This record gives sequence, C-alpha cells and structure tokens, in this order.
Amino acid sequence: MTVWREAVGTPAARVEGPAKVTGRAGYTYDRPVTDPAYAFPVQATIARGRVASIDSAAAAGVEGVLAVVTHRDAARLADTGDAELAVLQSDEVGFRGQFVGVVVAETPQAARYAAGLVRVEYEQRPHDTELRADRPGLYAPEQVNGGFVSDTDEGDVDAAMEAAAVTVDRAYTTPMEFNSPMEPHVSVAVWDPGERAPGGGFAEGARLTLFDSTQGPHVVRSTLAQVFGLPPERVRVISPYVGGGFGSKGMPHAHNVLAALAAWAVPGRPVKLALTRQQMFALAGHRTPTIQRVRLGAGADGRLTAVAHEVVEHTSAIKEFAEQTAVGARMMYAAPNRRTSHRLAALDVPVPSWMRAPGEAPGFFALEVAMDELAQACGLDPIELRARNDPEVDPESGRPWSGRHLVRCLREGAARFGWAERTAPGTRLVGRELVGLGVAASTYPYYRLPGSRAVVEYEGGGRYTVRIGAADIGTGAWTALTQIAADALGCRLRAVRVEIGDSDLPAATVAGGSSGTTSWGSAVVAACRAFRHVYGEQPPAGAEAGADMPDDPDAERFAMHSFGAQFAEVRVDADTGEVRVPRMLGVFSVGRVVNPRTARSQFIGGMTMGLSMALHERGVLDHRTGHVINHDLAEYHIATHADVVDVDAVWLDEEDVHAGPLGARGIGEIGIVGAAAAIANAVHNATGVRVRDLPITPDVLLR
Amino acid sequence: MDARITLRVDGRVRPLALDTRTTLLDALRDHLSVTSPKKGCDHGQCGACTVLLDGRRVVSCLILAVTCDGAEVTTAQGLAQEGEPHPVQRAFLEKDAFQCGFCTPGQVCSAVGMLEEVKAGHPSEVTDDLTGPVTLDDEEIRERLSGNLCRCGAYVNIVAALREEAES
Repeated sequence: MTVWREAVGTPAARVEGPAKVTGRAGYTYDRPVTDPAYAFPVQATIARGRVASIDSAAAAGVEGVLAVVTHRDAARLADTGDAELAVLQSDEVGFRGQFVGVVVAETPQAARYAAGLVRVEYEQRPHDTELRADRPGLYAPEQVNGGFVSDTDEGDVDAAMEAAAVTVDRAYTTPMEFNSPMEPHVSVAVWDPGERAPGGGFAEGARLTLFDSTQGPHVVRSTLAQVFGLPPERVRVISPYVGGGFGSKGMPHAHNVLAALAAWAVPGRPVKLALTRQQMFALAGHRTPTIQRVRLGAGADGRLTAVAHEVVEHTSAIKEFAEQTAVGARMMYAAPNRRTSHRLAALDVPVPSWMRAPGEAPGFFALEVAMDELAQACGLDPIELRARNDPEVDPESGRPWSGRHLVRCLREGAARFGWAERTAPGTRLVGRELVGLGVAASTYPYYRLPGSRAVVEYEGGGRYTVRIGAADIGTGAWTALTQIAADALGCRLRAVRVEIGDSDLPAATVAGGSSGTTSWGSAVVAACRAFRHVYGEQPPAGAEAGADMPDDPDAERFAMHSFGAQFAEVRVDADTGEVRVPRMLGVFSVGRVVNPRTARSQFIGGMTMGLSMALHERGVLDHRTGHVINHDLAEYHIATHADVVDVDAVWLDEEDVHAGPLGARGIGEIGIVGAAAAIANAVHNATGVRVRDLPITPDVLLR
Repeated sequence: MDARITLRVDGRVRPLALDTRTTLLDALRDHLSVTSPKKGCDHGQCGACTVLLDGRRVVSCLILAVTCDGAEVTTAQGLAQEGEPHPVQRAFLEKDAFQCGFCTPGQVCSAVGMLEEVKAGHPSEVTDDLTGPVTLDDEEIRERLSGNLCRCGAYVNIVAALREEAES
C-alpha cells in the first residue's frame, strides 16, 4: 500500500520552474535543428467554393524561396475521412482561412513575402456562417463530444412546466470563443525520406520527426501516421515544453500536416511552421457559439419539478464537432422531469474543437444564471435553492455519488466570502459604483482514460527515472507525476526524474478532460509497484519495470464528478456601465489534491479565464466573408493584469476512494465552469439588470 | 537587402548580417538562437517578446533589428547571472507566478524594467501624484504589467511575486 504523505499533498515547486523563469526552457520553435527552412501558409480568402487557378510564378521567383506547394503538387495523403487534415488534397474550400498553399524559403521573411505573392482565383459558391435558432437544416448529431447521446427526455417536462408554481424559460447565448494559448501552434517537421514513391508519395522507409506544441504526442503520432499512411513507429512527436493549449492542442490540426507536406517538398531540410496569431483564429479550433434555452419549473418552495436545457450550436460543414453543452444539466439537480438536446448547424466556418471544459463552460453559464433567476422568482437565497435541489443519487444514471459535496462548497464559500452581506438587487451604491455579489455552482466529470503506460528504471546511486509520453502544458503534471512516483517508490522527491513529452516514451493519453494526472498517475503508481514487486528495495542499476494503467471498475458503479462553488463581487460604474471584479473565490471538491501549489494555480487560472469569458471574449464572424474579423489579441480581448484583482481558490480536504489509487478526480477545467455565471449573477445583484448574453459589456447595463 | 549590425546580447558581442525586414525578436531567435524572448503575436499585443533594450523594456517584435546597431539587449536568460536566477525570477518561482511558462521571460523582463521605471519616479495611468515618488501598490503593478498577457491566468501570483520584490 502506498503511503501518500512524503511528496503527494505537499506544495512541491515545479520541476521545470527554473528553466521557465530563466528562459532556458526550449519550446517547439526554440529547439535547434540543423539548417532549417521556414514555411508560411497561403489561406483561402473565400468561405466556400473551389480554387480555380493558382499563379505561383512570382512567389517562386523570390530570392530564397525553395518551394511553393499547392493542391496541384502536394504529396498524396491517405484518405482518413477527416477533411480538416486532408490538407492540399483537393481544390475545395470549406471555410475562410483554410490552407490553399504553403511557401518554403530560406528565411521567414522571404517565405512570408512570397506567400503574399501567390495569386489564387476562386470559383465562389454561396456560403452560410450565421448561427440562428430558427435556421433550417438544424440536426441532432449521433453523439456529442465525450461520447454522450445528443438528446435525453425523462418524464414529461411540458406537463411539469404547465403545473409548476414558479417557472423560468429563457434564452442564453455565448459567442464564438478562442483558446488563444500564448504559444501559437508550431510544428517543426523533419523527414528521413527513405525511398520516395513514384509520384512523390510516402514510401516504405520514410520517417517523420515532428517537434510539435501538443497536449498529446502519442495522439499526434497515431493520427499523423494514419494521414501519411505510415506505420506509427515511423512517426516520432517531441514536445517537452508546451506554451498552453486549453484544448486547442489536444488533437492535431491542419498545420501539423502542412508542416510535414512542406518539409517533404524540400528534401533534407527541416521545416519550421509557426502559425501567426491571426492564423490561429481560423486554424486552431474554437468554441462554438451557443444559443441555449433553459426551462426550470419548481414548486413555491423552490423544489425543481422540471429542468430542460436545449442547445443550438454550430459545427464546420467539413468536420463535425458537437460540444456537449447540455450534458451537465442531466446530473446537476434533482428534477423528476428532465430534457436535454443538442442541435447543430453545419456552417461554412472554421473547425470548432475543444476549449477548456467543452460543454460545461458555456452550459453552466446558462443553467446557473437560470438558477439565479429561479431563486429570485421563488424569493429564495440562491445557495438555499441549490441545497434544496441537491440530488441524493445521480438523476441521470441512478448511481450513487462517489462524493458529492456541492452544498458544503457553497456553505464554506458563503462563510468565507461574506455572502451574508449581500443586499437586494440594485440597492448597494458605494460612491459611483453599484456593488453586487453572485454565486454559481460548478461541476466537472471525472475522466480516467485508458491507454497509458509508465516505465520505471533504476539508474543507480539512489536515482530513478520514470518514463511516460505525457504532456505538461502548464498544468503542473510533470511535478505531480514526480511526486506520485516518489511516494509510490518510497523515495525522496529529488531521487526521481520523470521524462515526458516524446512519443518514443511509453504511451500516454491526451492532456485533456482534466484526466492527465489521474490517468498517467495511476499508470505511474502501477509501474512503481511492479518495479518494487520484481526488484524489491535494493534493485540493481539498470533494473526496469513497466505497467499499464489499471482498470477503473468503480467508474462503472458510481457517478463521479467534481463540484465547486464560485463566488464573485462586482462593482459596476453607475455612469459608464463598466464592470470590475474586485473579488472571486472558488471552493472546490475534487478528491485528493496532489500538489496544493500548482492546483491553486490551475483553479485560479480557470477562474481567470472564466472572468475573461464573462467580460471580454467574443469572436466576431463577418457573415459576408466568413472571416473572424477580430483575429488578434488587440481585438479579441483576454483578461490582463488590470482586469484581475483578487482571485482565490480553496478546496475541501478529502480523497475520493473510488477515484483510483490517487483518490483524485482532476482539476484542470472545473475552475472555468460557473465562473461567468457567478459574475453575471453578481451584475444582476449590483444593478438589477439580468444579462443572458456573453460577454457582459457596458452597453447592456446602460439601456 | 542585407545589413551588418552588432548587438550586445546578454553581455556577449554578437555581429550579424540580416535582411533589413528582420525584427529584433527574429534576429535574436532565428539568427542568434537566443530563444528566451517568445513570439506570441508578433504585433506588440501580448508582451511575450519583452526584452530590455539599453535598460528599457521594449516589445522586440515591433523593433527592426537594423535600428539597434550597437545596442545592449538583455533577455530573461541574461538576467540570470551564472545560472543563479535574478531576484524577480526567484520571486516568480516562490509564488508559482507562471504555468506554461511561455509568457514568463517577457513578464520577468517587463517586471525588471517596470521596477526601474518606478525607482526613477515615472508615473502611470493610476498614479495620483504625478510629481512625487511612486508607491508601488498592487494597482500600480497591475497597471504597469498589463502589456504582458498570460492566458494561464497567473496574474494574481505574478502580482504577489512583485509585491514581495517591491517590498524587499
């Protein structure tokens, strides 16, 4: 039995911290490669149609240009059915900004200049990029992200709404949002060509090494191997340092393929491709805009009889991604009548993808503002309303909770935050500012993904190396895995070195779904135990043992979710409508916390992104052109220092005995869930104005 | 067109020949393999490329390298002396003032430059008394570092790190 006390649970400093603060940490583009060439893409300037002609003569004539690659001459890829990754394989254009070519040159300056000289003419077809709830052609996807069914219907929501003493029936909208990690998506492709097949394809013997900014080197490897028709062992993906991702680097995107195609066109040269910040808005995924209808029916005492959450959102016409926005409403509150649905519009827009807490982040904005509206309608305190509707078992599956401590989080937060000082809406004016407090509940599922393996080697001299092809995108996973291994081996933290970020290391699942530390950590525990079982306490130098992540039988028997309570104070300028957030507090129940220092950073980081979602972020599509017009950080606003005053997070001291050997349920995403709702609810408390559309901008408060 | 210039980068004299379109950031990263300044936007909007140019903080992506002939450039890597982190870097480590680390070299350079500006009495947007010495409270720190974005959301820890540093 492992004793979790020496390392796990302690606030160990990040193992890679000194390298990061001194700038020595080598991110993808920083990695030295010999004699690199540089790629710059050519992007479609129409939203739908086909490329009629390309004139690349002027570009090819620029000094230093090595190759101009378009669909006419790009190497042929295998048909994987994934149109996002079928880069330069046809003349079809499915969204504005899609790749239609790439220039490779001796310098980044020459590549960029030449890319601007490539003349592309199009045969344009009518496009549609506008999401509306009343548009024709909305459809129910076969399933939504996470493998959930699209629709559920329990009991009779309509009858329950009809009979309810108190009802809320409102529409809530959230805009297109962009992950915007600080490190743009970068791929550096290096081919060892082997033999070139006739026609320039990838023959037996070709090997691809990709330095890539990714949340999952193994995921990129297996996907790209399929795209290039290579056995996986001929693809290697290396990514030791990743400058954030928040989901956008969770799966390969078109630029990974483009970098490899560009490098294939200049044999013997590694090729560096860094998307510009502007290009990321079309090519690195985004969160779909949502139009959400929430209906709540309750008795006069606030006990819910009906919960309905019906969502309309978009996907790209070339590839389906269905955000699971309404899924959280299936388990959150104890109403006997429940309905959820997702309807998609397949539009001529860039391909949406994962963004921190896909589903829960936009879904709980709507659900938790609706709960605040219900509390108001019932004349109940919002915390009391949630306590009255806290289900004994999971309403969706009927399974017992592995640990549901939402009400404790709410009560603990209320005491810490000074919730009792909250006054009636629009009644607290301090100087020129209206002051309000808001609360919202938060939740995120426990995911432990199968497919990870760890290997432990004794180096001699009391030192161990643990290998697993995982990714630390800033989460602290590198440090957490070191702590877990130290305790599992029964040695000091400094005796353990963990290697991650390389697909040559044992398989690891993606850093996504808040599943990394629990999934990889369980594999590390199993490997350490296997190592001790074989070699005991006195291993010979070079001794090595590995293990796969063990099964997770309790995940089938229990409903396993983390919970949290989000509190916000806002101050709204009575003259200008400007909203400031002087305080936020999150109280979370997440099972065991492996490292309180890095966990707090994850929580407050998520909450800060939630503040940003509440007040700043909105991608604007120009429907005439299909272009995301505010495609940079001066116009797509994310929170900066001046916006963030006092954001703090605490958590219940607990472990979830059903959540694998660590007792931890994951922490990366719950911080954003409910944060925007808490702020919107605080704005209502301050001003009496109910805002149902994000972001909350001054104009709506001045009407 | 190529030009020949000399930079002094983190204490080393670095002559180089480069395309006149090359920014200081690209000169450092692509020509000199000095990769601690990062390219987050290439438009002066994120601050990840911040370095000290003759002691003042600048976003190196908005400066053409040819205008810097003979200049002294200090990056986050150069702030660390003989492997020992600069006091600001140590404060970042103590307060976990970063996660992914990509904006961190820029935050650190910006903070070091900012502390010098405060010492020199430069007021900011939130300074009440424009003539007297500046008291570096949290609001001043936040205002003065708002050109450095951090998507991981480490802001409150960065401010905590610099508050401690300002007090010492």
